[in-house]
Amino acid sequence: MSSPRWIADPLLRVDRLTMRFGGLVAVNDVSFAVGRGDVTALIGPNGAGKTTLFNCLTGFYKPTAGRIAFSPSGLRDESRIEALTASSRRFWRDGGAGLFLLERMPDHEIAKKARVARTFQNIRLFPGMSALENLIIAQHVALTPASGYGFFGLLGLPIYRRAEEKAVAKAEQWLERISLRARANDPAGELPYGDQRRLEIARAMCAEPSLLCLDEPAAGLNNHESAELARLLREIRDRDRVSLLLIEHDMSVVMAISDHIVVLDYGQKIADGAPNDVREDPAVIAAYLGVEEADEAAAEAELERRPPQ
Amino acid sequence: MEIFLQQLINGVTLGSIYGLIAIGYTMVFGIIGMVNFAHGDVFMLSAFIALLLLLLLTQMLGLPAGLAFVPVLFGSMCLTALWNFVIERVAYRRLRGSFRLAPLISAIGMSTFLSNFVTVTQGPNNKSIPPLLNKIIPLTSGGDYDVTLSYKQILIVAVTAVLLAAFWFVVQKTSLGRAQRACEQDAKMAALLGVDVNRTISLTFVIGAALAAVAGSLFLLQYGVVKSSDGFVPGVKAFTAAVLGGIGSLPGAVLGGLAIGLVETLWGQYFSSDYKDVAAFSLLAVTLIFMPSGLLGRPDVEKV
Repeated sequence: MSSPRWIADPLLRVDRLTMRFGGLVAVNDVSFAVGRGDVTALIGPNGAGKTTLFNCLTGFYKPTAGRIAFSPSGLRDESRIEALTASSRRFWRDGGAGLFLLERMPDHEIAKKARVARTFQNIRLFPGMSALENLIIAQHVALTPASGYGFFGLLGLPIYRRAEEKAVAKAEQWLERISLRARANDPAGELPYGDQRRLEIARAMCAEPSLLCLDEPAAGLNNHESAELARLLREIRDRDRVSLLLIEHDMSVVMAISDHIVVLDYGQKIADGAPNDVREDPAVIAAYLGVEEADEAAAEAELERRPPQ
Repeated sequence: MEIFLQQLINGVTLGSIYGLIAIGYTMVFGIIGMVNFAHGDVFMLSAFIALLLLLLLTQMLGLPAGLAFVPVLFGSMCLTALWNFVIERVAYRRLRGSFRLAPLISAIGMSTFLSNFVTVTQGPNNKSIPPLLNKIIPLTSGGDYDVTLSYKQILIVAVTAVLLAAFWFVVQKTSLGRAQRACEQDAKMAALLGVDVNRTISLTFVIGAALAAVAGSLFLLQYGVVKSSDGFVPGVKAFTAAVLGGIGSLPGAVLGGLAIGLVETLWGQYFSSDYKDVAAFSLLAVTLIFMPSGLLGRPDVEKV
């Protein structure tokens, strides 16, 4: 059996990441990798440290310790990662897609340079702007130079108009894909909840990320909407070739689309593997269902048997 | 009736000037949630810049006053914008993210600095320009009162309308305006999507100052005099206009400006001109009792 993609061809690697808030250890010495082109799910009970980990990846928190290496073209060259770690630089961009140490970068640089996009557990669209505008603003980086920082736009120069038309076309294409074309001009805040979720994903995709991080994309969705979401995420992986990392509680979604599952509990990694292996794992079952005292000893023995990660 | 019509015209003229200043208040409040108390003094400063430019062009270069007004307006807009850009860099940017009152206090300090700076360099007295554009159009004749419309008034309202239209276009249709609205709603998220928040805020100050400079130049044209303490009262009135219209709302700022201008002139005509400021501020108080978020402001509904 060939080794799975997250070992053979990772694009993100988290090494011994720890995040402390005062005396509370939210993430404790966690290591895992995300395979290029995979859908990776990060699961675990409430308070397991999933969102904290996400916030470290996307630059909202500066981790207490550990390394987060990221390269859109894959992290095969170990010596390069070590060399960058030893230097004081945040990233290298010499040729190819570059190599980034996300724990050293501020959030907007992670979004702009490393092209890691994210969505939020509590949706963060621009509620007063139309659905279409929400998607256009995500293309702001590409649009700003063409608009001469606003002045060409004011004059209506063709260079700006062409760039603007391109941005609108892309935004409309995405509205089509999430079946919101008819509501393009409605304020995003007035859309139904499920539509807002899909719109936020589309907005993240308009920024052309190489890794898309989704924080509970199926939260609050009904069965039909969840199925729709799973279809969209699979399409993003297969058609747009974007790797996905998601936090999710809805197991039907996780099992339907994940290639790889990482399980956290109390800030520690308790399982890591293909969906079928993880599903059968006694430690995972214990963490999720709670255990009788007799079973607890067995679960603990199981945990001890594992080498510390 | 004739007098009412005349005061209506005067009120709209005054209201246009208030509206232009009020936009600066409302935009800055919208984007960084700060009341820029120095904005009235930026307006006064722009009137002085216009005055100096006008005297320079007419006295030293001998341009006819009517012709000189266009470069004066443009020059005043550019220089005032530069001033406000520097003010934001020096006095506000470093305080962003500290506690809420810090930039406010800094703005009050900047206001004091500007008015004193102008007092020291230009003297505390009225500075005047030779009268410009004195032609008037009689609208009615033969009654006991002749209603007139001066070229100045037409110019003021026309310039205001054209600039507001251009400004509206920028905010609604260009990527700069889009970035500005995005920063207003969620600056952190906008930054994540690649919007340069600091630059967007700088540009907001630049645009606000340019509009205040238009108001300053038109104020100078209309009244012919300006002095260093002239920033305070129009500034407070324009701020009132912004709050009345719903702070954060651009059409609200213009509507509020017109309302304040009209109330002030009409009250001055029919009741007592000593109490016209009282009337303007009372209007604000009464409106806020019944419409706490102003005429066009949207109430902040927190979703739970």
